[in-house]
Amino acid sequence: MAARAIWKGILSFEDIEVPVKLYSAVEDRNVRFRLLHGKDKEPVRQTLINPDSGKTVPYDQTRRAFEADDGARVLLSHDELDAIKPEKSRAIELLSFLPSGSIDHRWYDRPYYLGPDNKLQVYRAFTEALCNSDRQGLVRWVMRNKEYYGAIRMYENYPMLMSLRYQSEVVSVEELQAPRGKPLDKKELTMARQLIGMLESEFQPEDYQDEYRQRVLELIDRKKKGGRIGRAPRKERKRSDDVSAALEASLKGLKKE
Amino acid sequence: MAEDAEETTHRPRPFWSGIVAFGLVSLPVSLFPANRGKSVRLSMVDQEGHTLRRRYYCDKQERTLEQDEIVRGYPVDEDRFVIIEDEELEALAPEKTREIDLQRFVPRHEVNPVFFERGYFLAPDTASTKAYRLLARSMEEEQRVGIATFVMREKEYIIAIMSEKGILRAETLRFHDEIRTPEYVGLPTAEEADEKLTRKITRAIKKHSSKTFDPALLEDHQARQLLDLVASKREDDTDIIEPAAEDEVADDNVVDLIQVLKERLEGKPTRKAG
Repeated sequence: MAARAIWKGILSFEDIEVPVKLYSAVEDRNVRFRLLHGKDKEPVRQTLINPDSGKTVPYDQTRRAFEADDGARVLLSHDELDAIKPEKSRAIELLSFLPSGSIDHRWYDRPYYLGPDNKLQVYRAFTEALCNSDRQGLVRWVMRNKEYYGAIRMYENYPMLMSLRYQSEVVSVEELQAPRGKPLDKKELTMARQLIGMLESEFQPEDYQDEYRQRVLELIDRKKKGGRIGRAPRKERKRSDDVSAALEASLKGLKKE
Repeated sequence: MAEDAEETTHRPRPFWSGIVAFGLVSLPVSLFPANRGKSVRLSMVDQEGHTLRRRYYCDKQERTLEQDEIVRGYPVDEDRFVIIEDEELEALAPEKTREIDLQRFVPRHEVNPVFFERGYFLAPDTASTKAYRLLARSMEEEQRVGIATFVMREKEYIIAIMSEKGILRAETLRFHDEIRTPEYVGLPTAEEADEKLTRKITRAIKKHSSKTFDPALLEDHQARQLLDLVASKREDDTDIIEPAAEDEVADDNVVDLIQVLKERLEGKPTRKAG
């Protein structure tokens, strides 16, 4: 079994060239619905309409508009936009190798595996060198008319390319201010920390199952067979607005178990 | 489904609103995305510059449809669909749709970033921020992140809630079966690498290393080029539509995500969405 590569490129720095194939590390398991016209159960498609005339406008007759701060709009044609697309290239350009933890996860977008593209020797040597270096490589490449940044880091003994978000896309905590209010009650803080301590655990990804997806598929199956759909019982828990009392009750409850 | 129809307001809206449960303490919050999306936005227009709208179209009846004429179908056989109503999906896991129940707290660095899907900020939904601050402070002191599963927009997620500088942030996590294994992908088994070649690459890595990461490196060049193109067209005065007096853009209509977050973190009253 093997997944299909989505792109091929060559990582190069100094006189070293590592030809690689890119594989998505994510498997899409979403339940995919089609949107239908309720009346005739016909799958619908999206169109663009002019809301004033109600007429549909074919895609190739559309343009794009950029709205400036003063309200003026600049119209752009498909050709003009195509002209500023980045040039096609197979190059994965190395910007720098950085200490392992230096790129915070909030920059991370999507993970891809890097596999060898024929030159197995240099792929293995690069993998081992990267693994021993305790560093990650910051790179830039162009794929599908878009310029990407990425971090090459080790995952399960294989090089993984994590695509990164642009600087302008990430809201940093520094721009925000934490909620303020009366100083917190020491006793409540102690109880809260105790409660966290009692709920302490390791992170085991296998412990979590997508039950909802399972239920959606079961619902579809039952409806397909024409079965009746029951309602899931609603669980309501008692909660109180009194933080102190709620913490105390929570701690008591856990100790009993 | 219906709420995705159209953006009528420019005010960033929460992705999810509900309760974070910490033991028996409940904390009403909203989740706002921690990412802004594209910095330069373009709208779809026709040749004359009229703004276009997306509509669903039925080929059989040859007409555009209203949002309430649309249903969701799951393909079972050729041309046959099982219709699933919004209410049926909501009824599948009502408690998980409204509540993030933090039942586990794990060490901060135990969660591999490969699982991270999307970042969010949590803003309190109530004027009182006491429970919010209490959870933020105690998680930060214990160096733990809270883990739960919940349902948002008809999909279940694992969510990790963490505290940073008194602000609660969250990352939705992918389920373990959503991450492919190297074996599944078909990557070659690890074998001894050539020593000489490895040494050479190791030296090259060292040579090209720097100590700190500068986020300014992650510049969106394409957005810059787009703005340059716009500027040159304005200079040449080609394809420009000046604003008509009557549709003057009210500046306060466009609200930045940061501004909304700032207000909400101060405990300012919620503005009802929609």
